[in-house]
Amino acid sequence: MANKQYTIKVGLASCGIAAGAQQVYDEFLSKLSQQEAALDAALILTGCLGMCYCEPLVEVSTKGHERYLYGNVAPEDVELIINQHLFGGEPVKELLVYAPNLDPEMDRYMEKQVRIALQNCGVVNPEDIASYMAAGGYQGLQKALRLGSEGVIAELKASGLRGRGGAGFPTHLKWSLTRQAPGSVKYVICNADEGDPGAFMDRSILESDPHSVIEGMLIAGYAIGAGKGYIYCRAEYPLAIKRLKLAIEQAKAHKLLGESIMDSGFAFTLEIREGAGAFVCGEETALIMSVEGKRGMPRFRPPYPSEKGLFDAPTSINNVETLANVPRILQCGAAEYSKYGTEKSKGTKVFALAGKVRRGGLVEIPMGMTINEIVFDIGGGISTGKPFKAIQTGGPSGGCIPASLGDTPVDYESLDRIGAIMGSGGLLVMDEDTCMVDVAKYFLTFARGESCGKCSFCRIGSEKMLEILERITQGRGTEEDVALIKNLGEAVKTGSMCGLGQTMPNPVLTTLKYFANEYQAHIAEEYCPAKQCKALISYVIDAELCRGCSLCERACPANAISGELRKPYTIDPEICIRCGLCTSTCRFDAIHVESKPKSSTVMEVAQ
Amino acid sequence: MQVSSEQLLAIEQIVNKYRDFSGAAIPILQEIQNQLGYVSPQFIDKVSELTEIPASELYGIVTFYSQFRLEPIGEHHIQICHGTACHLAGADKIIEAFESSTGTKCGATSKDGKFTLDKVACIGCCSLAPVISVNGKIYGRMTAEKAQKLVREL
Repeated sequence: MANKQYTIKVGLASCGIAAGAQQVYDEFLSKLSQQEAALDAALILTGCLGMCYCEPLVEVSTKGHERYLYGNVAPEDVELIINQHLFGGEPVKELLVYAPNLDPEMDRYMEKQVRIALQNCGVVNPEDIASYMAAGGYQGLQKALRLGSEGVIAELKASGLRGRGGAGFPTHLKWSLTRQAPGSVKYVICNADEGDPGAFMDRSILESDPHSVIEGMLIAGYAIGAGKGYIYCRAEYPLAIKRLKLAIEQAKAHKLLGESIMDSGFAFTLEIREGAGAFVCGEETALIMSVEGKRGMPRFRPPYPSEKGLFDAPTSINNVETLANVPRILQCGAAEYSKYGTEKSKGTKVFALAGKVRRGGLVEIPMGMTINEIVFDIGGGISTGKPFKAIQTGGPSGGCIPASLGDTPVDYESLDRIGAIMGSGGLLVMDEDTCMVDVAKYFLTFARGESCGKCSFCRIGSEKMLEILERITQGRGTEEDVALIKNLGEAVKTGSMCGLGQTMPNPVLTTLKYFANEYQAHIAEEYCPAKQCKALISYVIDAELCRGCSLCERACPANAISGELRKPYTIDPEICIRCGLCTSTCRFDAIHVESKPKSSTVMEVAQ
Repeated sequence: MQVSSEQLLAIEQIVNKYRDFSGAAIPILQEIQNQLGYVSPQFIDKVSELTEIPASELYGIVTFYSQFRLEPIGEHHIQICHGTACHLAGADKIIEAFESSTGTKCGATSKDGKFTLDKVACIGCCSLAPVISVNGKIYGRMTAEKAQKLVREL
């Protein structure tokens, strides 16, 4: 491949495909095959290039390793890229999102990131083991086999790697506990049950670089003395499962799975288990139950899985990102890895940057980078142009961090200190239009639905907390509600057995802590400052802007809009269901949302 | 609903495939749903007979995991993502638009059997929010208007 004059890569992970990348790939394939004789170019399918905000992405690189990234590429653009760039040597400027010396802002986007776990994502062909091996794949395993099991664990200890699934438990410790536990049968499980809404790190890694995860599992198996591994992956990720299956077959064919791997006497097999849609199965004991074919109900720990896990045997459960880091650590050495990060949080962290941010996508940053650097230098700031309000990390288990704490470094300890958590890597950016009470309600609704029901605090407490939030968002909350929900939150935290219940109040408690005013506005003023809570808003047609075109009247599913053609229309607030269809159909921006503090309305009436 | 002879044959073949498999209950039920589209209580009884796993345990699994459905699905399966990014981008409005234009609620199938609506946790295409999927094909940057148009065209 490298000896071709041009290499063309098309990002074919789920986001890319959803945006139409397959058609772009097919177009390149057909156009290039017509030009085969005249053009010295190779076309490669690759995974996630990270810049989801401008999918479909196409990378053209030259023999001299110059990279040109094209964004928002449509099949119609393919011919232009081939003619102008490949034949003419002149990049197509209007489609470029990144190129040498193109845009200092994009240089910063690239320079701020350190790609270790994502090193091969968007670089190798995830459906071809040779491509992974050409990028140094399976050299980490080779080194591990040379170091011996104890040596591998020592290397991991020196690297400082901690579990990337959220809790941050030191990986070497998990491995050495499992290794030391008595028993001849042991297991490795890869937790790929990425259930956090708004998180897609694991999916992207599995779709873009499945061999890194397999290699990480092999190294884990070797270190702890396990002969079998399971990958527990969400069934909602069909492409990840497809590529994993293919990668496992290829690894078997290369004798990297099976008996006596690399002639070392180490034997290891892998099996995929598809999750069936239960968020609680991200919790390790629930996950084990699910692999055993049962309902995923967490059980009390201890005994920890490292002692008594899958089928009662010692088991090490590691997250996808953790495992993807392992081969790189062995390959480059612990010292190289631990160069990045802070004293207690070493290395890098992958985040799925989403929400109201300009450059949403998959990013990898050295630990210790501040929230502001992530949101602005990498994310490019707020997509709507409105003020930055908060970020949310850790999904339903995490917390909301206000913009005023934007200087906080992202590492386990600093986030913990402000009441948030690192989480598995979902990072949602929110602007002024986001109602924090609504966000808390959203996460709690999710967590309540996913509670397995075993602990009464989690099962009933979530229901009660939700009732209170429901009241508040409808303007029926009382002053006592705030104290009540805080109390309940603390009780659910301490009275639940597993992580789901213990962390479920976090979104509520952190928004109460940092956005108390907003709760107050809903309660005392029956007012939603972000204009999101349906019961507290109304849709109003601006008579000066309305041209009387009747589009909104026809779009309204509740028949709440009436008027005469070419005269201003009106909305009947009693009938309006506040679905917002009228606003999205109006061509003159004449319909807007209002929410007014109670006291201001009282004043208006008085005046 | 009776179990047809074809369905019975499929169930028998699937169960046989997982004979020597530890923790087979979930994979068996998943494969039945993949092939037959759903897992009815009658199917559960058959699986129980063949595997000697109590029907109550199988029923417990089917109702615990959101992936399983006890009834057949409509002609078009519309899944509306309600992950965080989609929520912030107005997924509620998309849900309402689909509900009003298909005449059915989330989690149900329209009377004519044409549409099944489901609200799902996260499809994982957050940068394209709000996102939906129709019969597995993903549509990004949805608006209420686009939703109505899509339903008309299906």
